[in-house]
Amino acid sequence: MTSVMDVPADIASGRLPLRDYETNFEDATPPLSRKQALIEAARCYYCYDAPCMEACPTGIDIPSFIARIAADNVKGSATTILEANIMGGTCARVCPTEILCEQACVRTAQEQKPVTIGSLQRYATDWLFERGIQPFTRAEPTGRKIAVVGAGPAGLSCAHGLAVLGHEVTVFEARPKPGGLNEYGIAAYKLTNDFAQREVDFILSVGGITIEHGKALGRDIHLAELRADYDAVFLGLGHNAVNALMIEGEGLEGVVNAVDFIAELRQAADKSTLPIGRRIVVIGGGNTAVDAAIQSKRLGAEDVTIVYRRGPDGMSATHMEQEWAQTSGVRIKHWAQPRQVIAMDGRVREVEFEYTMLNEEGRLTGTGEFFRVPADMVFKAIGQCFVPASIGAGELNGVLEFRPDGRFAVNEDRQTSLPNVFAGGDCVAGIDLTVSAVQDGKLAAAAIHRQLSAS
Amino acid sequence: MANLVSDFIGIRSPNPFWLASAPPTDKEYNVVRAFKAGWGGVVWKTLGEDPPVVNVSSRYGAFSYNGTRIAGFNNIELITDRPLEVNLQEIKSVKRQFPDRAVVVSLMVPCEEESWKNILRQVEETGADGIELNFGCPHGMSERGMGSAVGQVPEYVEMVARWCKKHSRMPLIVKLTPNITNILGPARAAKRGGADAVSLINTIQSIMSVDLDVMAPTPVVGGKGTHGGYCGPAVKPIAMHMVADIARDPECQGLAISGIGGISNWHDAAEFISLGASTVQVCTAAMHHGFRIVEDMADGLNNWMDSRDFADIRAFTGMAIPNYVHWQDLNLNYKIVANIDQDACIKCGLCHIACEDTAHQAVGALRIDGARRYEIIEEECVGCNLCMHVCPVENCITMQERDEGKPFLTWQDHPNNPMRRQAAE
Repeated sequence: MTSVMDVPADIASGRLPLRDYETNFEDATPPLSRKQALIEAARCYYCYDAPCMEACPTGIDIPSFIARIAADNVKGSATTILEANIMGGTCARVCPTEILCEQACVRTAQEQKPVTIGSLQRYATDWLFERGIQPFTRAEPTGRKIAVVGAGPAGLSCAHGLAVLGHEVTVFEARPKPGGLNEYGIAAYKLTNDFAQREVDFILSVGGITIEHGKALGRDIHLAELRADYDAVFLGLGHNAVNALMIEGEGLEGVVNAVDFIAELRQAADKSTLPIGRRIVVIGGGNTAVDAAIQSKRLGAEDVTIVYRRGPDGMSATHMEQEWAQTSGVRIKHWAQPRQVIAMDGRVREVEFEYTMLNEEGRLTGTGEFFRVPADMVFKAIGQCFVPASIGAGELNGVLEFRPDGRFAVNEDRQTSLPNVFAGGDCVAGIDLTVSAVQDGKLAAAAIHRQLSAS
Repeated sequence: MANLVSDFIGIRSPNPFWLASAPPTDKEYNVVRAFKAGWGGVVWKTLGEDPPVVNVSSRYGAFSYNGTRIAGFNNIELITDRPLEVNLQEIKSVKRQFPDRAVVVSLMVPCEEESWKNILRQVEETGADGIELNFGCPHGMSERGMGSAVGQVPEYVEMVARWCKKHSRMPLIVKLTPNITNILGPARAAKRGGADAVSLINTIQSIMSVDLDVMAPTPVVGGKGTHGGYCGPAVKPIAMHMVADIARDPECQGLAISGIGGISNWHDAAEFISLGASTVQVCTAAMHHGFRIVEDMADGLNNWMDSRDFADIRAFTGMAIPNYVHWQDLNLNYKIVANIDQDACIKCGLCHIACEDTAHQAVGALRIDGARRYEIIEEECVGCNLCMHVCPVENCITMQERDEGKPFLTWQDHPNNPMRRQAAE
């Protein structure tokens, strides 16, 4: 009998014919044509006290923007969206609408077929961007200066909100490109044609916002200085760490953080140069796991298995994402937890898992039975976190209040324990979605403006 | 199987579905196709005197509603633009090929007895089953003293009808224009003139839409537009009202009715027939989908008649007319109230906002543990039906009768009516 160990480890680039890379990474959900948009818009009932609107973290007036599409007022539609959510274009593409607005849509209750709100939102915002229309006018300069740390969705949303109100905003960003996870964290086929950068350009085009790249908090800039030099500070730091498996073999070559793989893939101009294993194991149950798995498959991996320690309902990837993974040829194995990564010649060959179950108290426990899955590469996707201590020798410790999970404690205005320091996005509590980060930034901008106007 | 055979003022056809006088009946080629598809009869597109009229390019306008194409339709086409002799030859040929179908010829000539006498003689020679006087065309022809210019003057209607009966033995249908204040005027005039039947409605004067780029009414002809004749599903309610008014009018008794106006399926046809029409004429639906629709119409009508045990068309012709009364004959003590089926409700809130903003504040919007709930406030509900109509869920909001033990009472006897009838002592 041949053992997996007899087969040489296989990690290679260029597994596919060149043209396949292009089709594999093109727009996963193509945009609606005008005719399609009009038909879909006509399906909206224009609900009163619309449940979809309440389900949107940024509270977009969905019935109104859809009615405007139906009435051929697409500029008005896009403006309605962007006033509530400046990243309405990205959110139209990446929001898990099936658990937000579209789940709440009354047509879901009626016929299990919601109005496809996300696709209509994309139709309207694309229309505006394609025509280069600027729907916002900046107020007279106020002379007030605000520092925003992090050019991700939270930071840019806050910066835009303040800039429109006439304030001067400087955004400090550690990475070479703005956009945060929109640029580095989202699967390539969800945001094609450099959309994240085009959206950033749109946000900046209103004026009053300067981005300084290569500036990390605690290294190049410091909170105390920002507080002294600016009228207010917004921290949109995002996640800065990845949860570890804490098992033997985790440090082996070929064991990779899924977020790093996704970022590298997004930044690669030529996907055929990216090495990928023939056999891939992804550990985790979120959208990151799904994105890593599907993109592995699309780079030419032969066998891709997601292993998750609980059942389908426990996965934070939505049912739609799970289904998409499965129809993309990814196998999802539930109820198993990793025990060790097994190597030969210093390279990953297999991952050993233990079956899991819920015990009588409803707690997850191993069954004592084991199995192995062959793997040339292992992607870890068991969550990201925010570790304040890792910022500049802990310069925030003792200065700001934190929650037990390590994130900043903020009030409903996204104000931290320091009156002129606000925070939002993944570094505060809440669902870790682009849309909620945008809302944090929007609320903080409004609160900062109120504070500055009062003083 | 119910019997769909129709005998309309002596004109027999295998079913009551006729094609109205319009582009689909302009040529032998089209009419042969229609008969092969199963249409019971046609009214040939209006013939006039030579030289023929000239039609413009860009002739139709359409109204789409929420993605539904041709909810309403209009045209600025005139009567046939082919020489009279060509049409007469083709009518003769068609009638020879399809002796069992109804071939009625629509006519429009100047308001002079000699003109009518001449054309009637020529039409009679074709073997056609009857004639229909086009007193309805609302554009182009009316400006030349024909079409609706005649139909709008009851005295003219009566006069021309009388000429036609005098100079021809053919059964006579007068097609009425809806572009008047009271349809009974021309209908009674047609009866007095000796007409055997009326057909209605012809098209309604309309501007279909304005092209805001060109700043001209549609259909646009070289940068200009004109008013046209409106038809299609959107005009059906207007047509049915006029048909029913004639059907219940004592002076019009004995006048047969051919119903026209937005008929697209068997259900529409059954409604017109229940209001007193004994044949129906179709145009827009055929122009939208082709002649094949007649098969579905005949099949649907047949199945429905079977389900109601109606042996033939006559069995339900005019059956709704006794229930079509004047407002003053309605029972003011009849009471209904809205009821929401909470299990069927999808929480769209449309009933609430409609009632709250524009009606009687009788639908409450509640939140119970955060969940939406809409409830009827029965004391405020006047039974107007608005919520039922706005509700997108079939049978979610229904109107329920409330018997308050009050007697039948109409406005004629109501104490608030200063002109009320006095009870006999």
